Amino acid sequence: MSYIQGETGDWEVVIGLEVHAQISSKSKLFSGASAVFGAEANSQVSFVDAGFPGMLPVINAYCVEQAVRTGLGLHAKINHFSVFDRKNYFYADLPAGYQISQYLQPIVGKGEILLDLADGASRTVGITRLHLEMDAGKSLHDQHPSKTYVDLNRSGVALMEIVSEPDMRTAEEAGAYLRKLRSILRYLGSCDGNMEEGSMRCDCNVSVRRPGGPLGTRTETKNVNSIRFVMQAIEYETQRQIGVLEEGGTIAQETRLWDTTKGLTRSMRSKEEAHDYRYFPDPDLLPLELDPAWVEEIKKTLPELPDDKKLRFIADYKLSPYDAGVLVAEQDKAAFYEAVTKGRDPKLAANWVMGDFFGALNKAGKDIQTSPVSADALGGLIDLIADNTISGRIAKEVFEEMFTTGKAASVIVEEKGLRQVTDTGTIEASINVVMAANAAKVADYRGGKDKLFGFFIGQIMKATGGKANPALVNEILRKKLDG
Amino acid sequence: MSIDKTTVAKIAHLARIKVPEADRESLAGELSKILEFIDQLNEVDTEGVAPMTSAVNTTLRRRPDEVTDGGYRDAILANAPDRAEGFFGVPKVVE
Repeated sequence: MSYIQGETGDWEVVIGLEVHAQISSKSKLFSGASAVFGAEANSQVSFVDAGFPGMLPVINAYCVEQAVRTGLGLHAKINHFSVFDRKNYFYADLPAGYQISQYLQPIVGKGEILLDLADGASRTVGITRLHLEMDAGKSLHDQHPSKTYVDLNRSGVALMEIVSEPDMRTAEEAGAYLRKLRSILRYLGSCDGNMEEGSMRCDCNVSVRRPGGPLGTRTETKNVNSIRFVMQAIEYETQRQIGVLEEGGTIAQETRLWDTTKGLTRSMRSKEEAHDYRYFPDPDLLPLELDPAWVEEIKKTLPELPDDKKLRFIADYKLSPYDAGVLVAEQDKAAFYEAVTKGRDPKLAANWVMGDFFGALNKAGKDIQTSPVSADALGGLIDLIADNTISGRIAKEVFEEMFTTGKAASVIVEEKGLRQVTDTGTIEASINVVMAANAAKVADYRGGKDKLFGFFIGQIMKATGGKANPALVNEILRKKLDG
Repeated sequence: MSIDKTTVAKIAHLARIKVPEADRESLAGELSKILEFIDQLNEVDTEGVAPMTSAVNTTLRRRPDEVTDGGYRDAILANAPDRAEGFFGVPKVVE
């Protein structure tokens, strides 16, 4: 187990996460106003979203379907009978004075998520529930010295709140949980997982305890909007709580806020007394009843999800769990790899896709869609390595050229005359020249300085412009030096 | 179950309703009577009876995911006591 050593002994961190994932729908959960991000303030607001008297909510069928799809993707129990409740509180960006949510009877019950950890190991984290709810509006506090501005475009947008069991023990595990959850949501297409635009937000519940002891008091850090910040907030909160406890203090159960610029969590005291939400079933909405046959139909339309794809990659392509995990994290990257590896050596293809290709994409700030090198083109390069037309080293040069010019590998090889030298006569001639020019080193080598072998290889590759087949150079050079 | 004056004050605050100190005692009595009535209803044996969710036999209507509403900002903001640049303006609420 991973314990944290304090001044007075070991501590264990207990972490549970609540993720708000915005459903990728055209319109809102209970109204026909647009749910698209980034529009002019209050331009996508219906009278329902503004909480005008007498307006009635009508549920979006697509959002219900996405919640069910996501539940199925989390191997969770789908509740064929669920209820919408009013969660009552007063805030300027909640015009009705209540949020429509689900409380005692959510649409999705217990499920699980498999975490891929850094060492290639896996670990299961339980999902407590997933429920449907509407988002609140947005408050802007920094536009005016004495006023807060409110934009209701987000009011009523459909969210899935996904609650985990307190099963995580390190910030790394919390990061792995969010990465896997985001990956599943993107595979399903139910949420775009874009944390910068707020379509995925995370509340972190953190407490510390003595190993094996009773659970400590938890704090909840609200609305953290990146995986990195979630991990930092957990680290900070862990150290803060251990510090308080070791000095003999107690942890207050409270809501805290992550301060991105200062890198710390702060208490949100003003929200303390508001924690009495007085939930009751929303009289405007009947219970949501799902036809089991319909749920089964949805199940049949699920794509192959990352965990299954990973197992298939390990089995079919003999990849390591780590490599397979990296390749399946995003659907289009996995598809790209499969296109590259078709009819080729899977390990060589994996190395190229994960190494030079992903590296170049990252560096250029591009993704698969905007990549200048297609799967076919990368495959063409790998073919040239496989049939010994070029060496792996030259291939790296060719790849860089492909990435900047968009030309095919074979064209670049011909244009630049990069074809590998496999003619033993030519290679032997180069070796002779190098050996003649370095007679003293040859003598040293023969006198026992084995390490000079690398020096000769380097000289010969330099003399041949890197085009000599490395295996042949090795073989012939060794024969000549030893002979 | 009975309700005391403190609870009345708390509920009034949560509901943002101003209840003067002088009215709290009598209101506590009224609310307690309502809860007593509920307690009386709770005596009925409802074991195995599903809760009634509607007086008519109907199910929750679902609408297709289409944009059919919104786009009338002026109407939304028309009754707001304060507004600027297309936003509602409210007294500053900062954490």
